[in-house]
Amino acid sequence: MNERDDFNERLRKARHRQGLDQNARGADGEGQGGLPASALRIGLRAGVEVVSALIAGAGIGWLIDRWLGTFPWLFMLFFAIGGVAGVLNVYRLFTPRKGARK
Amino acid sequence: MAAEGNTIDALSQFQLTHALGPVGAAVNFTQSNAFMLTAAVVIVLIMTVGMAPRAIVPGRLQAAAETFYEFIENLVIGQVGHEGKRYFPFVFTLFMFILLGNVIGLFPYAFTYTSHIAVTFGLAAVVFVLTTLVALALHGKKFFGYFFPEGAPVWLAPIIVPVEVVSYLSRPISLSIRLFANMVAGHVLLKVFATFVVLLGGLGIVGPFIAVLPLTVNVLLIGFELLVAFLQAYVFAILTSVYLHDAVHLH
Repeated sequence: MNERDDFNERLRKARHRQGLDQNARGADGEGQGGLPASALRIGLRAGVEVVSALIAGAGIGWLIDRWLGTFPWLFMLFFAIGGVAGVLNVYRLFTPRKGARK
Repeated sequence: MAAEGNTIDALSQFQLTHALGPVGAAVNFTQSNAFMLTAAVVIVLIMTVGMAPRAIVPGRLQAAAETFYEFIENLVIGQVGHEGKRYFPFVFTLFMFILLGNVIGLFPYAFTYTSHIAVTFGLAAVVFVLTTLVALALHGKKFFGYFFPEGAPVWLAPIIVPVEVVSYLSRPISLSIRLFANMVAGHVLLKVFATFVVLLGGLGIVGPFIAVLPLTVNVLLIGFELLVAFLQAYVFAILTSVYLHDAVHLH
C-alpha cells in the first residue's frame, strides 16, 4: 500500500512538472465541447457557425418567398436574421455553457 | 489518374462510380455505399470479435473495443448526465460510423464517404430530428419556450423568436459542413501534393530529389489527417451529446 502511495505521489509530481494537469484543466473549461483551444480551430468553428446560420436564414426566407410569391423581401429579411443568428451562435460558442442561459 | 496531361485533378477522387459491376449499376450501388458497408462490417467485427474472449486482462482488439466504448460512454454521461445513457447506442453508432469512414478513406484507392455533404447532412438531419423529437416527447409544449428565453421583454419577441429559430435550424447545417469541409480539404491537399511528387519526379535528373519535398509533406499530412479523422468524429459525437443535453434539460 505504501508503495502505491509513493507511486501516486511521484506520478502527481511528474504530471505537474510536465504541465499535464494544467492542460487537462484548461481543456475542460474551454468552449462548448471541451476541445483544446487552438486559435485556428476556434476561428474555423466560428466561421462555420456564421456561414451555416446565414444558409439557414437565407434558405428559410427563400422558401417562404417562393410559397407567398414575394420574392426578394422576405429573403432579404431572413438573410439579416441569419446574420444575427450567426453572431448569436458565435457568442454561445465563447460563453461557458453552464450558467450563461440559466 | 491525377497527373494526366500534367494538370492537377484534385476533385475527381470524389466522383461516384458504380461498384460491383453490372449488378451495382442496375441498382445504383456506388463505391460510397460499398465503403459504408465495409465500415459497418469492420465496426461489427471490432466489437464482436474483440469482445469474444471477455478476458479480464484484454488483448489488443478487446482493449480497442473497450476503449471506444468507454470513451463514448464517458463523453455521453459527461455531457448529457446520467439519464443520457439511453442515448449512448445512438451516439456510439454515429461516432464509429464517422470515425471508420474517415479512417478507411485514408487508405489508397479507398473512398471517403464522409466527404459528401449528402452523407454528412443525412447524418446531421438524423441527429436534428432525433433531438427535436426527444425534446418534444420529454417536455411537450414547453419545448417551444426554448425559442424565447424567460425574463426577456415581450415586445422583443418578434426579433428574438426568428433569430432563435434560425439559430436552432442552423445546427444540422454547421454540423454537416464542418465534417464535410474537413474531409474534402484534407483529401484535396493530399492529392495536390501527391500530384506534385509525380510531376516533379519527371523533371530529368534533379526531379526525383526535388520530389522528395512534397513526399515529405504528404507523409506529415497523412499523420495530420489521421488526427483530423478522429477529431471530426469526436466533434460530431460531442456536439450530438450537447444537443441531446439541450433536448433533455431544455435550456
